Amino acid sequence: MNRILDKKYFSEKVVQLEVEAPLIAKARKPGNFVIVRVGEKGERMPLTISAADVKKGSITLVVQKMGVSSTKLCNLNVGDCVTDLVGPLGKATHIEKVGTVLACGGGVGVAPLLPIVQGFKEAGNRVVSVLAARSKELVILENEIRKYSDEVIVMTDDGSYGRKGLVTEGMEEVIKREKVDMAVTIGPAVMMKFCALLTRKYEIPTIASLNAIMVDGTGMCGACRVTVGGRTKFTCIDGPEFDAHQIDFDEMMRRLGGYKSIETERMNNYGNK
Amino acid sequence: MGISDRNTEWRKQLREAVKAKERTEIERVKMPELAPEERIKSQRLEVNTGLTSEMAQREARRCMDCVNPTCMEGCPVGIDIPGFIKNIERGEFTEAAVVLKRTSALPAVCGRVCPQEKQCESKCFYLQKLKKSPVAIGYLERFAADYERESGQISIPEVAAPNGIKVAVVGSGPSGLSFAGDMAKRGYDVTVFEALHEIGGVLKYGIPEFRLPNRIVDVEIDNLKRMGVKFVTNFIVGMTESVESLKAEGFRAFYIGSGAGLPRFMNIPGENANGILSSNEYLTRVNLMGADSDDADTPVFHGKNVVVVGGGNTAMDSVRTARRLGAERAMIVYRRSEVEMPARLEEVKHAKEEGCEFITLTNPVEYLTDEQGRVKQVKVQKMELGEPDASGRRSPVAVEGSEYLIDADVVVVAVGVSPNPIVPNSVAGLEVSKKGTIVVDERTMQSNLPELYAGGDIVRGGATVILAMGDGRRAAAYMDEQFRK
Repeated sequence: MNRILDKKYFSEKVVQLEVEAPLIAKARKPGNFVIVRVGEKGERMPLTISAADVKKGSITLVVQKMGVSSTKLCNLNVGDCVTDLVGPLGKATHIEKVGTVLACGGGVGVAPLLPIVQGFKEAGNRVVSVLAARSKELVILENEIRKYSDEVIVMTDDGSYGRKGLVTEGMEEVIKREKVDMAVTIGPAVMMKFCALLTRKYEIPTIASLNAIMVDGTGMCGACRVTVGGRTKFTCIDGPEFDAHQIDFDEMMRRLGGYKSIETERMNNYGNK
Repeated sequence: MGISDRNTEWRKQLREAVKAKERTEIERVKMPELAPEERIKSQRLEVNTGLTSEMAQREARRCMDCVNPTCMEGCPVGIDIPGFIKNIERGEFTEAAVVLKRTSALPAVCGRVCPQEKQCESKCFYLQKLKKSPVAIGYLERFAADYERESGQISIPEVAAPNGIKVAVVGSGPSGLSFAGDMAKRGYDVTVFEALHEIGGVLKYGIPEFRLPNRIVDVEIDNLKRMGVKFVTNFIVGMTESVESLKAEGFRAFYIGSGAGLPRFMNIPGENANGILSSNEYLTRVNLMGADSDDADTPVFHGKNVVVVGGGNTAMDSVRTARRLGAERAMIVYRRSEVEMPARLEEVKHAKEEGCEFITLTNPVEYLTDEQGRVKQVKVQKMELGEPDASGRRSPVAVEGSEYLIDADVVVVAVGVSPNPIVPNSVAGLEVSKKGTIVVDERTMQSNLPELYAGGDIVRGGATVILAMGDGRRAAAYMDEQFRK
C-alpha cells in the first residue's frame, strides 16, 4: 500500500515522489490534493497532486523539506511505503475554454500548477506560463510545463536562469502585450498576494490555489480557515482554489506561521537525533 | 433467551431472596475516581476507575427487576437492562456482558459516555416512584463490559450464516459501528469505510482518553472484526470512490454515518487569529494525533490562559484537556447560565474539581491579538436570560455596556458542529435539508434513495453516541427487512 515507485531530487530540498495509489490516480482531477502521514507518530500533511498515471495506478507529489514531517517524507526511498495516504481531496479546478490563460507558479507551486496548465491547454486555451524561483536549481518541471504551454517565461531572483526579476514582472509583460482572459497563481503566499494585486489592477479574473495547515483535510477541524471576500472559508472543502482578488493573504500568511516556533523547535530536535 | 428471561427460575429466586424494602435502603454506589491533582497530570489517565465486583453486585441488588422496566424505554438501543443487571446481582458477570452485546455493539463505550441521567436512569423506578437516586445503570453497564474484557474471555455475538449480500458503511463512528455489528449478526458482508487513518470516528478523535481510553474502543472494534466486519481506512466515500462505483463493485446498500464533521464558528472579529481553534481541531490534535506527547510530530498550542467557548460536553472535554496540557487558567465562557448547560453533570463536576473556571452568562464578542497575530485577549459581554427560545431554554440577551477583557493565549471554540458536506454533496439526487443534514424516514432511517440509509449526526446535526447507535440499529433492522422481502 502506498509504495514509493520512483524518487527524484529536483534540488537538495525538493523531492518528487511517485506513489502507488490506484484509486486516487483514477479519481483525482487538477486541483485536488491528498493528505499523507509518515510513521505512527506522524503528522497529517496536505500535498497537492502534480500528476497521475491511471494505468500504473500512481500519483506524483512534489515535496519541499520544511519541517519534521516533510523531511520524513522526503527521506523515504523507492520501495518504502507512506504510512497513510488519503484523497483526492478539495474541489477540482473549474476548467473551461476562456481564451488566454496566464499560469504563474513559484517554487514548488509549479508542481500543483502542472495539471491545471495541462487541463486548460487540453480545453483549447492559449496558455502562457511564468515560472519563478530564487535561482536556477529551484526551477522545477520546466519541460513538463513547456509541453502544455504556448510560451514559458522563466524568472529567477538572482538571474541565474531565464530572466532576472520577480514573477510579476514576467506577468505584466504578457498582460501589456496581449489580452489575458484569466490567471492562475500557485506558490508562496506572498507571491500569490502580489500576483493578485497585479491582475486586479488589470481586472483579470484570477484563481489562487492555497496551501494551509490542515489536520484531517475533510472539513472537520477548521485549521485551514481563510477569509475570502470577508467570509471565513475552509481551504480543504471550499477550496483549495479561490478568487485571488478576494483572499486575505496577510491573514493567511500569519496563519501559516502559527506553529512556527513549535515547528522550529521540533525540527532542531529532529535534526539533532 | 434463558439468561435474561424474567421468568426463569433464577430470576424468580433472586427477586424473592431480598425484600423490596431492603433493596431500596441500599445507597446508590459512588463511582471511584482518581484524585483531581493526580488525574490532571496526564491526558491518558482515566478519571473514573470503575466499580469493584462487590460494589457492582450491591448496586445491582437495588434494581427491583420491575415487571414493566421503564428504564428500557429510555434506552435508544433497547438494552435489556434488568436482564444484564440481574446477571450481575447473581455474580454471572460475563453473562451480563452477553446480554448487553445482544443490542449494543459498544457496551464499554456506552457505559462510559452515555448520558444515562437523561436516558435509562431518568426512567428508573427509583427516581419515578420513590424519588430516590436511580440505579446506576451506566456504571453497571461499564462494569459488565470491563469485567468481560479483562477476564480475557470476550464472547462474540452469534453471527448468522453468510447471506452474500454486500453492504457498505460510511464512517466508523458509533452509528456506523452499531449498524455494522447488527448487520454482521444477520449474516451480511459488511465493509466500513473510514476517512481518517484510525477507526472509531468521534470516539477516537473527539472524546478524550481520560473519559474513554482508546484501547477500550479498539477492543470493541476488534470484536466487530471477529464477527466478520471489514474496515477500510483512508477512504473517503464520495472522493476516493463514489457511491455509484461502489455499487458497481457489488455493494447493494449503504449506511451513511459520516458525522457532523464541520465545526461552527461565531463569525466575530479576530476569530481567525492564531491560537483560536475549533474544539474539533484542538481535540483531534491531542486525542487522535497524540500532540500532548513529546514524540508526536503534530503540534498543539499549550496555552497559559485558555478560554473555551461553549457549554456542551465537547467544551468540557476541551477545557479539561487544556488543564492537562498545563493551562494555569482553563475557563469555560458560556452565554447562558450553568442550569442551561447541555454538558453532562458529571463532566461539569469533574471539570470543576480539576480547577476549571466557569464564566457563565458571558459571550465573546471580539478577539484581540498581539503584533504576531496571536490571540492575547477575548473581549466578552455579559448576558442575561430572556424569553425561552426554540430549544425551550431561556435565551441569552446581551447586556449593553458590560464588555470586559479576559487574557487568553489559546481559545477553543466549542459552539457546535454542522453536518459534513462531502458525502451528501457527492450523491446525486439525495435529499438534504437546508441545514445540510440527510433527510430520512425517522422510523426506518431510509433516505429518498431506497438503497441509501443514514443516521447519527449527519441526520441529527449533533447528538449523542447512543442516539447515533440507535439510528444504526434501526437502519439495520429495516434494511434487513427490505432484503428479506
